[in-house]
Amino acid sequence: MIMPWIRRITTRAAPARMLDDFFIRGLLAGLGLAVVAGPLGSFVVWRRMAYFGDATAHAAILGVAISLAFGVSIYLGTLATAMAMAVTVSALVSRGQAMDTMLGVLAHSALAVGLVGVSFVPSARTDLTSFLFGDILTVGRPDLALIWGGAALVLALLVWRWQRLVTATLNEELAMAAGIDPRIERLVLSISLAVVVALSIRVVGSLLISAMLIVPAAAARGLSRTPEAMAAAAALIAAGAVAAGLWFSLRLDTPAGPSIVVAAATFFVLSQVFRRG
Amino acid sequence: MSALIEARDLTIWRPGTKEPVLSHVDFRIDPGEVVTVVGPNGSGKSTLVRALLGHMPLAGGQVVRQAGLRIGYVPQRVQLDTAMPMNVRRFLSLPRRIDAAAASAILARTGVEGLERRPLSQLSGGQFQRVLLARALLHDPHLLVLDEPTQGLDQPGLVAFYKLIDEVRRQTGAAVLLVSHDLLVVMRSSDRVICLNGHVCCEGSPRQVSSAPEYRALFGGGAEGMLALYRHDHDHDHDHAVDQAHHHPRGASPDA
Repeated sequence: MIMPWIRRITTRAAPARMLDDFFIRGLLAGLGLAVVAGPLGSFVVWRRMAYFGDATAHAAILGVAISLAFGVSIYLGTLATAMAMAVTVSALVSRGQAMDTMLGVLAHSALAVGLVGVSFVPSARTDLTSFLFGDILTVGRPDLALIWGGAALVLALLVWRWQRLVTATLNEELAMAAGIDPRIERLVLSISLAVVVALSIRVVGSLLISAMLIVPAAAARGLSRTPEAMAAAAALIAAGAVAAGLWFSLRLDTPAGPSIVVAAATFFVLSQVFRRG
Repeated sequence: MSALIEARDLTIWRPGTKEPVLSHVDFRIDPGEVVTVVGPNGSGKSTLVRALLGHMPLAGGQVVRQAGLRIGYVPQRVQLDTAMPMNVRRFLSLPRRIDAAAASAILARTGVEGLERRPLSQLSGGQFQRVLLARALLHDPHLLVLDEPTQGLDQPGLVAFYKLIDEVRRQTGAAVLLVSHDLLVVMRSSDRVICLNGHVCCEGSPRQVSSAPEYRALFGGGAEGMLALYRHDHDHDHDHAVDQAHHHPRGASPDA
């Protein structure tokens, strides 16, 4: 069976403008995501929010169902549900619920409701795998603009509040003594996470977003001595994983999103071998 | 002289309940003063500290902090997650960045010079407490707030740490608010001791407090004898209480 992109690659003339190439567009989309997934994923690792990322990402499938049913942009629908999930989880945690249990309940309920919801939308049924696993090679120019725009926005937010975010993540008491409100920093991270989840649903899909956040950051941990070094290393590793995964996918005809995560996991294994402490 | 922090008729509820952790507590600390808060577990010591710092909602009363008051704070039981790589140098620059000279100077002051590049996770308990103290001393605080700063230190480490706090206080003239379990070690260098158990049980000079019936009821009658023993033990150059008073004019001498 010939994949659609094979056909496209053979019908397109080689000297076509760069952005016309679906592979280049996919690569750029993935790199845009990598640049922000590195630093944000570091916070997910530092705060042990891995499950929180899952909850937000699974809620995004519900967002896909809603978007398709009401004919609004996928990005808008997923952003809204991811945001709602982030705020709900934050509120429940502040009220003293056990974090892991609540996240387990919410994440899987949202995923299940989303899957059931999607089944009512005939047009979406066929596309479901592309939302679960992403479809980076069908990224168009508008997607590219959204991904880079959103990534730049989140990155700017993280850079602007960096010192406060790091202090509040390290120790809330020390942060409060310095006049930092940890609740605000938590909200900043939750919102950033929701935005990045919405952006990456086309790239790696909602099942593997958490992996894009956590695996590069986990790989960077052993190689870094400061939070900044870890965030930068995570971004580099994520970018490397995107490039390697896409190349692999092109050569061996494997699904792109999972290939990227496999590449990231390989980097993680290598980082364990060359760990510095 | 106006108080650095003054609290009047402070009442605080356990979060999410209307059960008071502290009721009708009055507190004040003046510039240069060393105040120690002692009390059993769950007596509200840390809650009092957090309320004074403005980190707790008040159910009643008020807290007035002097305008522009700079506080250096060492919270109770700081446990840093190893998930975040953090070396000493970077830690000192949170949240306000400082230059390398300031960092090495403050580390030298607390006796942990040269540790800038060391990850926090590789510090011993004593080194870590000294780094926390160094961070608290940045930006010239008027008041040092130390909430059980010697937890996890052994006896020599603990004595050395209190010695350091004494030194720092003499150099900087900062007031010190100390919360502690280590009654016997701590009380001798305090100007004032507050014995807390949900309310202020007793308050006064270390000598007054250690002989107060309320204090003895909380900590047992042996406490005072041990205090004397400790003082005797620590200054092994002389055995006479008079000499001790001479060496430690701010300390806990009987007629202070």
